[in-house]
Order: sequence, then C-alpha cells, then structure tokens
Amino acid sequence: MKTRNPLIRLFILAVAIWLIIFALIPNFFLLAISFFEPDKHSYVIADFTLNNYERLITPSFITIFTDSLWLAITATAICLLAGYPFAYILARASARFRPWLLLLIVIPFWTSSLIRTYALINILQNNGLLSKLLEFLHLTSEPVSFMYSEFAVLIGLAYTMLPFMILPIYASVEKLDTRLIDAANDLGAGSLRTFWHVILPLTAPGIMSGCILVFLPALTLFYVPDVLGGGKGQLLGNYIQMQFTKPIPDWPLGAATSTILTLVLLLLVLGYKWSLKVSSQRSEFDNADDDREQKISSRFQAIPQAPKISGLGARLMPRKQRIAGSATEGNK
Amino acid sequence: MARKSQTLGWLYSFMVYVFMYLPIVVVIIFSFNKGRFAIWTGFDLKWYKLMFANKEIINAALNSLFLAVSASTLATIFGSIMALVLTRYRFIGRRILNGGVYLLTISPDIVMGISLLIIFILIQIPLGFTTLLISHVVLCTPFVVVTLMGRIQKLDEDLVAAARDLGASEVQAFVQVVFPLLLPAIAAGWLLSFTLSMDDVLISFFVQGSGFEILPLRIYSMVKLGVKPDINALSTIMFVGTVILVLAAQFLLKTRRN
Amino acid sequence: MESEYIIELKNISKYFGTTCALKTVDLSIRNGEFITLLGPSGCGKTTILRLISGFEQPSGGNVHIGGELVNNVPPEKRHVNTVFQNYALFPHMNVFDNVAFGLKMQKMPKSEIKEKVMQMLSIVGLQDLAGRKPGELSGGQQQRVAIARAVVNNPLVLLLDEPFSALDFKLRKHMQLEIKHLQRRLGITFVFVTHDQEEALAMSDRVVVMNQGSIEQIGSPVEIYEEPSNMFVAQFVGDINVLKGEILETITSDLPDSNHAYRAEVEGQIFSVHSDRKFEKGDKINILLRPEDLKLEEEHLGQSPFLAGEIIETVYKGATVDIAIRLDTGLELIAAEFFNEDDEDIDYTPGERVAVTWINGWEVVLLDEDA
Repeated sequence: MKTRNPLIRLFILAVAIWLIIFALIPNFFLLAISFFEPDKHSYVIADFTLNNYERLITPSFITIFTDSLWLAITATAICLLAGYPFAYILARASARFRPWLLLLIVIPFWTSSLIRTYALINILQNNGLLSKLLEFLHLTSEPVSFMYSEFAVLIGLAYTMLPFMILPIYASVEKLDTRLIDAANDLGAGSLRTFWHVILPLTAPGIMSGCILVFLPALTLFYVPDVLGGGKGQLLGNYIQMQFTKPIPDWPLGAATSTILTLVLLLLVLGYKWSLKVSSQRSEFDNADDDREQKISSRFQAIPQAPKISGLGARLMPRKQRIAGSATEGNK
Repeated sequence: MARKSQTLGWLYSFMVYVFMYLPIVVVIIFSFNKGRFAIWTGFDLKWYKLMFANKEIINAALNSLFLAVSASTLATIFGSIMALVLTRYRFIGRRILNGGVYLLTISPDIVMGISLLIIFILIQIPLGFTTLLISHVVLCTPFVVVTLMGRIQKLDEDLVAAARDLGASEVQAFVQVVFPLLLPAIAAGWLLSFTLSMDDVLISFFVQGSGFEILPLRIYSMVKLGVKPDINALSTIMFVGTVILVLAAQFLLKTRRN
Repeated sequence: MESEYIIELKNISKYFGTTCALKTVDLSIRNGEFITLLGPSGCGKTTILRLISGFEQPSGGNVHIGGELVNNVPPEKRHVNTVFQNYALFPHMNVFDNVAFGLKMQKMPKSEIKEKVMQMLSIVGLQDLAGRKPGELSGGQQQRVAIARAVVNNPLVLLLDEPFSALDFKLRKHMQLEIKHLQRRLGITFVFVTHDQEEALAMSDRVVVMNQGSIEQIGSPVEIYEEPSNMFVAQFVGDINVLKGEILETITSDLPDSNHAYRAEVEGQIFSVHSDRKFEKGDKINILLRPEDLKLEEEHLGQSPFLAGEIIETVYKGATVDIAIRLDTGLELIAAEFFNEDDEDIDYTPGERVAVTWINGWEVVLLDEDA
C-alpha cells in the first residue's frame, strides 16, 4: 500500500530515527573507537591508530581468541549433533503430542540462561549428580567435581544454548515436505543417501541459523565461565567485559574485540545466505523481508502454537504445528 | 526394524529432555530442602522466607519488575508501529530500515551493551534507570517487531479492503479489523519482552550503574559465589514465572488463529 | 439526468509506474445487468474492478457511478460493494457481525440492523449459522456470507472478483446458478470478473472480453461465442478451428442473414463463404469454425467442395466425441459430434478417410491480420 497519510509518514520517520540512534550510531561509534587511543581520564582520545588491532595479534590475545573459538565451536557442534536428531524426531512426532513436546523446549528457551547455568552447579559440583552417576556406574570410586574447568564451561554453554539450536532446526524440518523423502526413496535412494542429498540440504537454513544463534552467544556469555569455570575457559565475552570493568578501562581494545566479533557475525550471515541457496528456499523474486525473517524468526518466534487444553481442541488443531504463529513456518 | 528405531528415537528424545530439565528440577527440589547442602533432609519453606526477608533481593526484584513493565510496554508500542510501517507500506528506504532492524536483532547482546554504554557516557546520561530503560527497549523492540510482522504478513490485505469497501474509513478499518486481529500477537510480544527484560544480564551489566540494581544482576553477583539455597528459591520463582508467561504468550498466539 | 448506464468508464487508462495496466478503455454498464469481465490474468479486468470500487484511481479518464464523477471518492464513500476473491471475511467476527459491518458503519439503528441482517441471511440460507465464526463454515457457506455482507448494504453495483476460484467444480456450478438467481431476484447490477470463459458465458447478460489492458469485444454470450470479432476472442472463448483462405470474388449472398458472400479458396478448395464484413478480391482471410459446426462424412460420400483428410484420433467425452482430423494440406482440425453408437455413416476409427464440410453460413470470416 502506498501512503498519503501524514501520520504514517511521521511513523516512518520515527522508525528511521530510532534505527539511526540505536543501531547505526552506536555501532559506528564502536567501530570508530576501535581506531582511537585509550585514555585514563576520558576513556578515549580521538587519534587514529591501528594499535588496538595490533594488540589483538599478540600471542596472549591469540590464545584467548583461539581458546574461546574452540569452546564455542565445540559447544555448537555438541548442540548440533545432539539437537538435530532431537529436532527431527520432534518435528515428525504425532500432531497430538507435538505442541506439548515443543513447549518443553520453548520453556528453557525463554528461561534465564543465568539461572539455567546456575542450575548446572548442582549437577557438576563435588558429589553432585554427575559424580553420583559415575560412582553408581563404578566409573569412579570417589566423589569428583567437574566444576571450575573448561569442561564445565563447555557443558554450560551446550546446556544453555541447546534450545537455540533445536528450535530453528525444528522449524526447517517441520517445513520439509515429507513427499520429497518419499520421492527420494521411490527413486531408489536409501535412508543415508536420502538424508545426505535431500533432507540435509533442505534443512540447511535451519542448521545455519541454529549455529548462528548458538555460536555467537557461546563466544560472549561471560557469566558461564564466571559461574562454572572459575577463571578457566575464558570467553571472548569475558575479555571484552574486562576491558570495560578493569580499574583503568581500555575501551578501544574492547571495541576492537567487538568489531572482530561483528566480523565473525557477518561471516556467519554469509554462510546463512549460502545455506538458503543450497536449499533453494529463496527464489530470486523473493524480497529481502522474507530473507531476514527466516534468519531471525527462529530466534524470536520460538513460541509454538499453544496446545489447546480441551481434547476437542487438540483434534481440531491444524496438522502443522508451527513456531510462533509466524515467520518460521515459512514464506510460501 | 522401523519400530525399533522409533523406540530408540523416543528414548533419545527422552534423554535430551532429562538433560534439559534435570538441573532445573534439582534446583526446585532443593529450594524446599531443610538443609543447606545438596542432600535431602526434609521439606521446609525457610529458604523462601529467607529470600523474602532479603531486602536487596526484594528491592532488585521490584526494580526489575518496574523496569520490565516499562520497557516492554514502550517496546510493544514502538515495535507495533515499526512492524506496521515495515510490512504494510511501501516507501523509499524501506529495505534499509529492514536491514537496520535486522542488524539490531542479530548483533550480539554484548556488542549492543558496550556500544550503548559508550553512547550514554559520551552524551553524559548518568547510568541508572534511564539507561537501563533505553537499553531494554532497544533490546526488546525487535522481538516485538518480528512477532508482529509474521502476523501482519499473514493478515489478508483484502480484509482491510473489505472493511473500506463496506464503508469504514482507514482509521475505522484499523480499529475494527486490524487491531483486534493483531491484539493477541501484540500481547504476546509484550509478554516476551517482559521475559527478556527480566532475564537480561549481558546488556544490563554494562549500563546498570550503581543506583538502581536489578534482579538478574543481583543473581549474577550471588551465583558467582556458588550454590545457595535462597538462590534456589529465587530461581524456582523465576522459572515458574517464565513458564506462566510463555504459556500465556502461546495461548494468545494460538487463540483466534482460525 | 437518469442515465441508462449505472457505471460509465470514459477514456480510462491506468499505469502502475511505467507499466500500463489499462489503455484507454470505454465501458458503460447498464442498470440491472449482469456483466462479466473475461480475460487471461493480467488483462486488466481486476484493475477495472478496483477502479470502480475505488481502490485505484485512474491515471487518465473518468469514472462515473450513478451519473456522478467519482474519481477521487474513496472506497468507503462509494455505493458499490465487493465480493472478494478469498471472501475476506473478518475472522474475529461471527457471521452476523460480518454481515452487519457495513450497516454499522452507516450508523444504522441496532434494531434495524438486526432485521436487515437476518433477512439477508435467510435469503442466502444461513439464518441458523449467524453465530458461527467464518473459520467454522464450509467454502460455499463462506461464499454466501461474503455475498450477503456486500448485498445487505443495498449497493448500486455489486462487484465480484473471481468469487468461485476457491470452490470445487460441483460447488462452483451450483454457486453460479445461485448467484444468477440472486441477481435476478435483487435486480442489482453485478459486475463479475473471471478468467473462466464457460462461467462467463453461462452467467452473463453481457461479456466484456479483455486482453492486455484493452477491451477486445463486448457482447452477449451468444455474440461472443458465435460472432467473435477478432482472433483473440475467437481463440480465448471456446475451441475453434482456423482455416486459411483467400477471397477470389464477391458473389450474391444466398443467405438472408448475411450481407456479403464470396467465393474463396480455403485450404486448396473453392467454397462460398458468408460474412457481414466487406472484403476485397485477394484478401487473405481466416475462416473460423467451432468444432461442433464441422460436418464429417466418409470421403467417398462427400459432395464437392469438401476438405479431404484422415481421422488421427478420437476422444470420447460422454455426450460428445472429439475427433481430430489431419487434412491432406497438413492442417489439423477438431470436430465435435454427438456420440451415437449406431451411426452407420462413420465409425471414427483412426486412419479413416473423411470429407470435412460445414453448415453454410456458420463460418466466421476474419481478415488475416498476420498476412
């Protein structure tokens, strides 16, 4: 609809200003400051320098960066390996139970990650549940603690981020036309080849957006090492946090690190674009909206349709249970 | 064979659910424990009493509630307008605005936190309630936008045309048709914003300042020191609150779907 | 002042950006008639509807409704109502509130609204479903609600935008009849848009055939079908055979309803052809013949002139049979005959030699525009 309404024009202007103030300017300043000199009194001095980036290629930072990267990649891999089969089974569950099963994933999705991280302490601590389980299985003879180790941080990241992997994958599997699988089988492809040639490419966008949603926070959730790692398993997030909280803050270094993070994000977005091409979910006629929507919807729309309480309602429910009553289920 | 793999599948899913919920269940159980340590010694509500007697926690909780209600209300208003503008109208620069919302939604929270902090300090807004409010509104608005955009796009364009055709003005068509159909999604957006605001640590950490402590950061400073039964009680309450809000949001998104 | 025409489009053109949706269209719609805009998608028929309903403004020309210029009158101020393609029923309102919507907008007193709505619902047979939500109705019922919601406002003109596209074949046929009856009963002008030529012929008083933003022909269904004024209309409405020919000389017409007759060479044979159009010697022509207008005989029984050919295929269609014939000139024709098992003249087996003729005077002769 074209608009002649002045009120609407005002709204458009307001949206534009909003985005300039809260998206454009802060990111621009962050980028700018990453090229400035740090200063004790006024945080930064507007002298152009590449020094901050040079400081990022020193061995000590490289170690932090690679360690953090390693943790995030491993956590993402764990989430993917554990989450994909789960999401697949969930999306193929009978329509009667699916909304309830999905609900059980959505609740942790929306529960404070901090509280869920905290909840892990009971499992991982000395004489905690994991230790007891290992004793029960006679894998260890005395109580063990998993706390304050890289392993604890890894488990913490995988645990808190798992729902963020499951929901987008669920959305893409749910959208998958089962007739395609039938067709592949009919044409003589075995289960493995069907998976590799049909299911995997078609669910690639779900996998990619799941990986984006897990990988980025896994680099930045600084409270996970704080709570579970006890100084071990430091993330890029902790490093950035430190630049802003240490007695003499070093904004430019933090800004430079954040810029690196943003670059990583852009790479991932390119990966997502590529995955869309692989699955051909996006025709050349689609506009940018659909594209954007697919990307973020899985994160922000992660609310499946509410199961109706009455039995009748359950039977009347549409066959397709969808996430969030919106974008994820697709752009037809 | 098929049956066997199905059973295996369900067993696997069950294990994932156990992995997901066991830690939370343990926290809930121990919040009712008589003893201080992770050994069950009997039912007691003393940790809840202790928690409610903790002025710092209650104060932070009230602050958080006030902040969350304000932030999610503002975010819902801004987000609704944004979603309407970005979906229903064509104008020059629409793609750029869409891109801007996209940038906001996927940029890492920590980057949003520090970039806002930098802005606040540069334009000398003292850190406190105001900066928290602005930051939370910035955080939540895109969520509302996306929740609503999906719903608006599904809304049949002809419904508005039909209302106009039947004699409704542009405003009447909005009030009588568009708004009632979007209301559940708007309410869901509000609830989700509320949840986000109540849970946010990454952004609030940078923009909180010292005068106005909020619950997630109170919890953050407490859990760094390990397990405490009163945190168990607090976590239980937070968890139950989340469950209620998510259920309510889902119910809203589900109703009037037909 | 009272004009015969309820809607007049004068010199209307419509551009979307640089794309032309309508080029200089004139159309006058009589009060009380059932008129159908027929054409392939993108031909501009829906644009005309939206110009009448007020959702589009013309780029040039004028729209008159009931004698008044309405170019800049918004949709809500026009006394026309629309039945939308997918009905566009308000999902959050029940049937009663949907139908009452227009009356409420007019600020009619509640008691009066109730009376009118219930009366309207009983006309479309939905009085028992007034409390249902649209989602709880079948496709046909939704369709009726959509019609009731529009008609209850007593519009000067009812616009129907492909209203049957979502219905299955049987229901579609049924609703066609129902709408036709409703139109007779209400006496309201109906402007109907469809791409289905059969539907157009079955329902309308007049059909407007459109193509690429222009009107190709306006006429009664019989005129459109039997006297297509150009190749597009001939080929869009129903199946038709096109024979190539050339005018040899003008002769005196031996048929009372044709003004002119010609001797013409048609596919290598000499025929006399009839037309109201004037042709000159040497004009290249197309002879258009509907499949049911062709006559087939066994070749040796044929009386000259005839076109000789061979049956290549027969398609049984229940009441009729379609016969595909390849003439010796190579041209393929389709003939339709009533199926008669006991017909001894011809058994329509592929390979059989046949003589093709047609009923004198039923041919349509058009100048071959491509020649």
